[in-house]
Amino acid sequence: MEKVGVCDEFVNLKATELRLGLPGTEDVCQEEKEMVSCGKINKRALPETEKEIESTGKTETASPPKAQIIGWPPVRSFRKNSIQAKKNESEGQGMYVKVSMDGAPYLRKIDLTVYKQYPELMKSLENMFKFSVGEYFEREGYKGSDFVPTYEDKDGDWMLVGDVPWEMFVSSCKRLRIMKGSEVKGLGCGV
Amino acid sequence: MNYFPDEVTEHVFDFVTSHKDRNAISLVCKSWYKIERYSRQRVFIGNCYAINPERLLRRFPCLKSLTLKGKPHFADFNLVPHEWGGFVQPWIEALARSRVGLEELRLKRMVVTDESLELLSRSFPNFKSLVLVSCEGFTTDGLASIAANCRHIRDLDLQENEIDDHRGQWLSCFPDTCTSLVTLNFACLEGETNLVALERLVARSPNLKSLKLNRAVPLDALARLMACAPQIVDLGVGSYENDRESEPYLKLEAAIKKCTSLRSLSGFLEAAPHCLSAFHPICHNLTSLNLSYAAEIHSSHLIKLIQHCNKLQRLWILDSIGDKGLAVVASTCKELQELRVFPSDLVGGGNTAVTEDGLVAISAGCTKLHSILYFCQQMTNAALITVAKNCPNFIRFRLCILEPNKPDHVTSGPLDEGFGAIVRACKSLRRLSLSGLLTDQVFHYIGKYAHELEMLSIAFAGDTDKGMLYVLDGCKKMRKLEIRDSPFGDTALLADVNKYETMRSLWMSSCEVTLGGCKRIAQIAPWLNVEIINENNNNRMEENGHEGRQEVDKLYLYRTVVGTRTDAPPFVWIL
Repeated sequence: MEKVGVCDEFVNLKATELRLGLPGTEDVCQEEKEMVSCGKINKRALPETEKEIESTGKTETASPPKAQIIGWPPVRSFRKNSIQAKKNESEGQGMYVKVSMDGAPYLRKIDLTVYKQYPELMKSLENMFKFSVGEYFEREGYKGSDFVPTYEDKDGDWMLVGDVPWEMFVSSCKRLRIMKGSEVKGLGCGV
Repeated sequence: MNYFPDEVTEHVFDFVTSHKDRNAISLVCKSWYKIERYSRQRVFIGNCYAINPERLLRRFPCLKSLTLKGKPHFADFNLVPHEWGGFVQPWIEALARSRVGLEELRLKRMVVTDESLELLSRSFPNFKSLVLVSCEGFTTDGLASIAANCRHIRDLDLQENEIDDHRGQWLSCFPDTCTSLVTLNFACLEGETNLVALERLVARSPNLKSLKLNRAVPLDALARLMACAPQIVDLGVGSYENDRESEPYLKLEAAIKKCTSLRSLSGFLEAAPHCLSAFHPICHNLTSLNLSYAAEIHSSHLIKLIQHCNKLQRLWILDSIGDKGLAVVASTCKELQELRVFPSDLVGGGNTAVTEDGLVAISAGCTKLHSILYFCQQMTNAALITVAKNCPNFIRFRLCILEPNKPDHVTSGPLDEGFGAIVRACKSLRRLSLSGLLTDQVFHYIGKYAHELEMLSIAFAGDTDKGMLYVLDGCKKMRKLEIRDSPFGDTALLADVNKYETMRSLWMSSCEVTLGGCKRIAQIAPWLNVEIINENNNNRMEENGHEGRQEVDKLYLYRTVVGTRTDAPPFVWIL
């Protein structure tokens, strides 16, 4: 008897709670299971509330849960990835650019908006690829290392990192490339 | 039955090309079966596990073209784990062993390896055409084998595959003697492309009709390519960013004007909006336009382009075009037959890009419309009823309201009446995808009116088993039924097990079927493969006598004549 009473009370509380759950989500299932197990008693005692639960559960979809449902919306992964990548790039949710280093087997991606100035960026690149970039000179470029950081700007030209003011760099940089060895000389490093 | 010699009958059969018709012919009598099977050149296999290659070859020894589909449709949305199956290797091995004269292979949702591609390229001297759609498991090295070894290659068509791009030189693997290309589509490759090799290849392919580039092909290369292939019919633009005044752009404008055969345009994977105007001169010839990847192009530019496209039959676009843009489509594209409007924002809850108004406008303006895929934020019954009245010729109607369970936003009620109107009016409807708030009532309508329905996709819909029962009972032509997150259980599943022999497959995930129910089906119907996919190890399905209550996460069952497959991974339990 006691068990039944407890069940009733529990269901009573649940009955007045506004639920926004989707069918199939655990909470609703749980609730349904509880209702089913107390089902017979519930139906006889509280027919109204049962209907109430059903209707509130389904029609109140005011604020959708932002939680991602697997496989929804039904868009092919190929397309989804393409949209996501574009969104991340354009929405000021970071300015992600690809970074390649000559000789490295795969590329990396970094968010330029995370850095405030060139030294921070350099340090991060040095850590990522385990190399040393040398010292930057306005006229001679980078000295003291085999590696030179370059970037491709909006016009498609390859430029030396550090020549333009930081903000201009962030807004015009499309990708980074850490050049190495003999190719470096061609950049007019003033040597 | 035979009044003619076999050769004559065979000659008559040559004019019968559709798979359905040829299958029907083979059932008429023994002698027709025999003639048909020896003359059959093209075979379509909708489920690679329904049959095996040995039996296929025994029946059709003169096979030249094979189409195979692997994973179930919901694999497109990450609902099927990668290692589930659908391997093409055993098929290619068997075909190679049998020395059949394979010329064409089309695969969809299958696992293809470099090894498979290499074997394919070496085993069939007359191989001409490879089409891979939504496949995975291979790299550009595999493509290099195809390029290098298939002397008569005509089509290399890669659509939305996951390819590991080794940024190698696969394009330069086409020998200089290769001049037979008609289709070259590598838009889905992510890496850099050898532009020199590409240009030389295009220049020596006078029959090239379809060229789809990846994002690594910049605008100046596009201009050169179009200049040496003015006969192009189908073009996929790669990267499309440049200054309007720059020389490459001017060259492109000139090249485009010469492409008078251009009928289909797609790509714009990286695009600067204002450059679209270069294509305005040939827009009036276009029958197919796919701008669904061009997220950077603002609706105003899209509209300017579309205003010139009065012969358009097929349009794939992003919802950023807006209701206003769709109204322009409705008033311009009177020949439109197929429309797809994709979401530009997957999370939803953002600005309402397209609504029911856009759909209604299209239905009113485009009377020849028969296929639609429409992603939107909101819908009403009234709109759907109007659409049904305007367009009773729908063959495919797929509506996806981004938020699951969303009701009619005016009445707050379910969308049963709206979809009901669609199935009632569209007597030729073969494919339907539902969304929004739906009760069992919509399934009652579907079972009652959708007589030609072959494929139905259900998500977050229905109240009780009755819903599914209406469909199984009423839709006599059902072939593929896929259901997710809906309250259908064992009662519906087990009501008519023989029904599944008339269908290709049934998918049910996050529904209420239990292990006990699934076991029961497997018992009653040994001609079905009943697969339970359970990736979550904590939910290990156990034989502990509580099967009646153990809910199954994913169920995939399909008819087969070759029994249980042997290549299933550990998390797939075949009952």
